[in-house]
Amino acid sequence: MSASILLLVALGLAFASFVYGRQKAFAVAARGGGVSTLHSLPGHYGLLAALWCALPAIAIIVLWKLFEGPIISSLLTSSLPEQVIANGTSAIDLYKNDIQNIVASGKVSSEQDANKQAVALKLLSLNKLNQVLLTIIALCAAIVGAVFALRMIKPTTKARKKVEAVVHAFLIACASIAILTTIGIVFSVLFEALRFFQQVSIVEFISGTKWSPQTAIRVDQVGSSGSFGAIPLFLGTMLISAIAMLVAVPFGLMSAIYLAEYATPRTRAIVKPLLEILAGIPTVVYGFFAALTVAPFIRNLGESIGLSVSSESALAAGSVMGIMIIPFVSSLSDDVITAVPQSMRDGSYGLGATKSETVRKVVFPAALPGIVGGVLLAVSRAIGETMIVVMAAGLAANLTVNPLEAVTTVTVQIVTLLTGDQEFDSAKTLAAFALGLMLFVTTLILNIIALHVVRKYREQYD
Amino acid sequence: MVDKALNDTHQSAFDAIKETVGEFTVADPKMRTKNVDVFYGDKQAIFDVSLDIGNNEVIAMIGPSGCGKSTFLRCLNRMNDTIPTCRVSGSMSLEGEDLYGPNLDPVLLRARVGMVFQKPNPFAKSIYDNVAYGPRIHGLSNNRAELDDIVIGSLKKAGLYDEVKDRLEAPGTSLSGGQQQRLCIARTIAVSPEVILMDEPCSALDPIATARIEELIDELRENYAIAIVTHSMQQAARVSQRTAYFHLGKLVEVGETNHIFTNPSHELTENYITGRFG
Repeated sequence: MSASILLLVALGLAFASFVYGRQKAFAVAARGGGVSTLHSLPGHYGLLAALWCALPAIAIIVLWKLFEGPIISSLLTSSLPEQVIANGTSAIDLYKNDIQNIVASGKVSSEQDANKQAVALKLLSLNKLNQVLLTIIALCAAIVGAVFALRMIKPTTKARKKVEAVVHAFLIACASIAILTTIGIVFSVLFEALRFFQQVSIVEFISGTKWSPQTAIRVDQVGSSGSFGAIPLFLGTMLISAIAMLVAVPFGLMSAIYLAEYATPRTRAIVKPLLEILAGIPTVVYGFFAALTVAPFIRNLGESIGLSVSSESALAAGSVMGIMIIPFVSSLSDDVITAVPQSMRDGSYGLGATKSETVRKVVFPAALPGIVGGVLLAVSRAIGETMIVVMAAGLAANLTVNPLEAVTTVTVQIVTLLTGDQEFDSAKTLAAFALGLMLFVTTLILNIIALHVVRKYREQYD
Repeated sequence: MVDKALNDTHQSAFDAIKETVGEFTVADPKMRTKNVDVFYGDKQAIFDVSLDIGNNEVIAMIGPSGCGKSTFLRCLNRMNDTIPTCRVSGSMSLEGEDLYGPNLDPVLLRARVGMVFQKPNPFAKSIYDNVAYGPRIHGLSNNRAELDDIVIGSLKKAGLYDEVKDRLEAPGTSLSGGQQQRLCIARTIAVSPEVILMDEPCSALDPIATARIEELIDELRENYAIAIVTHSMQQAARVSQRTAYFHLGKLVEVGETNHIFTNPSHELTENYITGRFG
């Protein structure tokens, strides 16, 4: 049986042992004088039997699938023709690939090369043996487990505790996946970044003011020495994020205050979802908008008052990014403002404060830590945003704080360094990982601060 | 069947309350209310209540849960305006001025009729700023020194100053429950109201903090008219001069506190204060 059918069979067996285990628990209980004489509910005994049936079988199937490839391959090596073995590992691998292809295409009998045919037949028989062994062992494990658990159905068995321990372990495993993924991402970026720092000094990377990642492919190539100063990129990122926050924070905050304090329930029910639609627009669509509508508009406006504006400006990208972040800021702030207890507002009204005094001087200060937390989360969103800046901010790594000029950001450079066919051993491509690492660290620090602030705020009312 | 029987007794008890027993007016009223009905949407919460609040007196409002005493209290400074479905009819006045009249600004009214709530609700500000909040929004002081005087004076009147004088910049929420409630009273006093409404001010406090607040209420009577809603009959007996007993949204009986607690005229009042229900 193939592994997927085997898994289904194991689950079927588990279901059967659940049903049977539960029935048996009822029977045991009936002999002993009622369900209350059992330590756990009959369902728990059924679940325990099902777990004992399914878990060992699934574990065996998973482990088997992990290790069967290397084992079959090494067994196959022994039956290869000697001249192939003599030619070294790459020849062996090549030969094995041929064999795999022959077997996969099902043309073993029509194969011309007698040697290859022999090895292919060997592989076929190994595969068959492998399947049979797996089926037998997995089914045995399922049946032995189920029988063992069914024999344990007695009033003294603490089935509930055992089932809950398994559930507990499962929950821990689910929670760990996110953490392990994060760790995995950090390491995959970290190792590539370290390779980059072997070629380019970390001091140059952090303090250099010139970014020009083109490196010479041939030694005699002219003019492309490559310089990896990340400052223009980070400055560009900061500039665009700052413009975005200048747009997003006031508008987001004001709309949150309106929605939470002034809007009638009817208005709120209409406006809030509308505002949140903004968050659902794909960023690439914002990118069109920035590049085709906002940027030319800003350029024309600037020219009409005598300013020279480049057609890809930080202002265009930043302001559209700000609009994109508005629902993020407004939604988080709205939650925080609504969480301020009504009693605090009543206290203020009771002293003769007007609505606007109450909002400005009582509700807003009380919500401020939470709002700051929300804004910091929005900042890390802005720093990490890629698509809008790719389309609207340009690629020129200018060292400038003038919002009317083209700048580039860390994320844009990562995209341009890694798109297309690339070699992963040149400083140019590896630079992307170093940038990614720095970006990751920056947003991580921001997120930690934000979460800390938000948590501190929560404690105030609990 | 049981429900129906219960409803019937409920209804007959409700019908039995014809008019308020006892004298609901006083010679020198600070606030005067006549024939007040209050509705929440379609549901009537207060039925035809008339009650005066005299100068320099503490009037206690008692009654079982849901009897409308808090609703009535909140109408006295129009706090119920914040509930959109709430509707008030009848006449209510402060020193002869109609509370629901077209010329009255509820914001200014609330500065004259202050309120202390059931749960201490200090603002997320320092102790000093909590008390200074009212004077600041009403422009009661011209400079920092005057503001200091108001804040310290209010804290002293609320009997809190000695406990907090070294940490006026600490957050109001860092105080204990009883101290927070006295802070809220100080905050109310700071805008020099004429009437102070208290909605079960001690229900979240321990007996010692309660005793401290009751003492304070007695001292405050010299300068303010006070209306207090309470669930504790002992408290009503200890702090008030007059007591009003509410039942099912009607004012059943009002009179001298001594009289109400020793010799109630209405059967419902007697049942309540002797603990037969409530």
